Amino acid sequence: MTDQQQGLAKGTDRVKRGMAEMQKGGVIMDVVNAEQAKIAEEAGAVAVMALERVPADIRAAGGVARMADPRVIEEVMNAVTIPVMAKARIGHFVEARLLEAMGVDYIDESEVLTPADDKYHIDKSQFTAPFVCGSRDLGEALRRIGEGASMIRTKGEPGTGNIVEAVKHMRQMMSQIRKVQNMSRDELMAEAKKLGAPYELLLEVHEKGRLPVVNFAAGGVATPADAALMMHLGCDGVFVGSGIFKSESPAKYARAIVEATTHYEDFGRIVQLSKDLGDAMPGVEISTLEPSHRMQERGW
Amino acid sequence: MKIGVLALQGAVGEHIQMLEKAGAQAVSVKLPRELEGLDGLVMPGGESTTISKLMHQYDFMEPVRHMGQAGVPLFGTCAGLILLAGHIEGLDQAHLGLLEITVRRNAFGRQRDSFEAELDISGVAEGYKAVFIRAPSITETSPHVDVLATVADQAVMVRQGHLLGAAFHPELTEDARLHRYFVEMVRESKATPTD
Repeated sequence: MTDQQQGLAKGTDRVKRGMAEMQKGGVIMDVVNAEQAKIAEEAGAVAVMALERVPADIRAAGGVARMADPRVIEEVMNAVTIPVMAKARIGHFVEARLLEAMGVDYIDESEVLTPADDKYHIDKSQFTAPFVCGSRDLGEALRRIGEGASMIRTKGEPGTGNIVEAVKHMRQMMSQIRKVQNMSRDELMAEAKKLGAPYELLLEVHEKGRLPVVNFAAGGVATPADAALMMHLGCDGVFVGSGIFKSESPAKYARAIVEATTHYEDFGRIVQLSKDLGDAMPGVEISTLEPSHRMQERGW
Repeated sequence: MKIGVLALQGAVGEHIQMLEKAGAQAVSVKLPRELEGLDGLVMPGGESTTISKLMHQYDFMEPVRHMGQAGVPLFGTCAGLILLAGHIEGLDQAHLGLLEITVRRNAFGRQRDSFEAELDISGVAEGYKAVFIRAPSITETSPHVDVLATVADQAVMVRQGHLLGAAFHPELTEDARLHRYFVEMVRESKATPTD
């Protein structure tokens, strides 16, 4: 029997956004092979992001960063039972179609890779697979949701181990949401114009006082305290890119960041679990980055 | 009446809202000591692997199993159903092992196979819009278990006395009929103590 005969509706907004709802309070970890994927799953990750290189290595390598080798992604998919995400370049809808065809559970249209289109993002509403996209403010988030993204994350500054940009983006987002919530309805159209946001989505933010989809932290999380900080700022969960497998002891860091995300309000516990973790990933001061090396500027 | 929602990971806030809509007081539970004095417990959707690891890590398994054995109503949705199950296909060990069923994880496939469907839930709700996300199915049930709903010929909702399990996510819709049903189960259990 077909899906229709059985009354099954696939790829609906509710199904795509609901998948992200199930990730809440959890940690999604970047991995580059099956072994790392198993360490992540064992530590309690809610999903893994399959990549050829973590952002810190992409940054170091330079050149053009593209979708990972399908073999790497398949290897990760076969290694774990938790969901597997993977990245496509901004605007590269064929890379996204390939990931969808492979059965990847969530596609990240990501500024960590080199953009393939300097004007347009992928029309994500046409896909059965759900998408996550980065954003620095409310307007950017609502443009991505307007294109069909089912999950948002801060951009931060990937591969730096420096939380300052993710904090900036989350504070900006929350401040704008509070402002929109308190506006009178007749101010919303002008605000939509100013933010470059679809009016209907802005209206929804005004009415509900929150984004229509889940919002995670990403781009610079390196320690359990960083993860807890982002949860306090209002994030629904945390992506850790280079922070796990560029640290001195990945399994310990992975477990500690998971626990700090769950118990982000329990400071005594975070003290205990932060002891003897070894060195965190090496960090990068943002002001030392050439503007052209700032991944967060990618996206329109 | 106070109902807890296990809040280690997953769709916690939604369950709390729905329980409140159904007329119960709902609280999130992050530590075993917060189980004390609860009249019922909901185990939400999320990642079952993650939630079960955190339950072991924080010593939740024994106290929750005791609650179930003592007749306190428990409601597991999706990942929560897997936690309640007596057998999990492909795994040697069950988690709580309270419900006399066998579950198959990701029974319908990966996320691209996730779906919405309208269910008739026997004695609970007709035309109930249910959201299935990387959902499990129930492949075997003991004679003590009533199958309340099926989709695509697979059992997706069951009740065994004070234990209720659904393979889908009643917390993701606005429809509070299932939560009202569970709140009613809790009310009945309070009226007739089993121990």
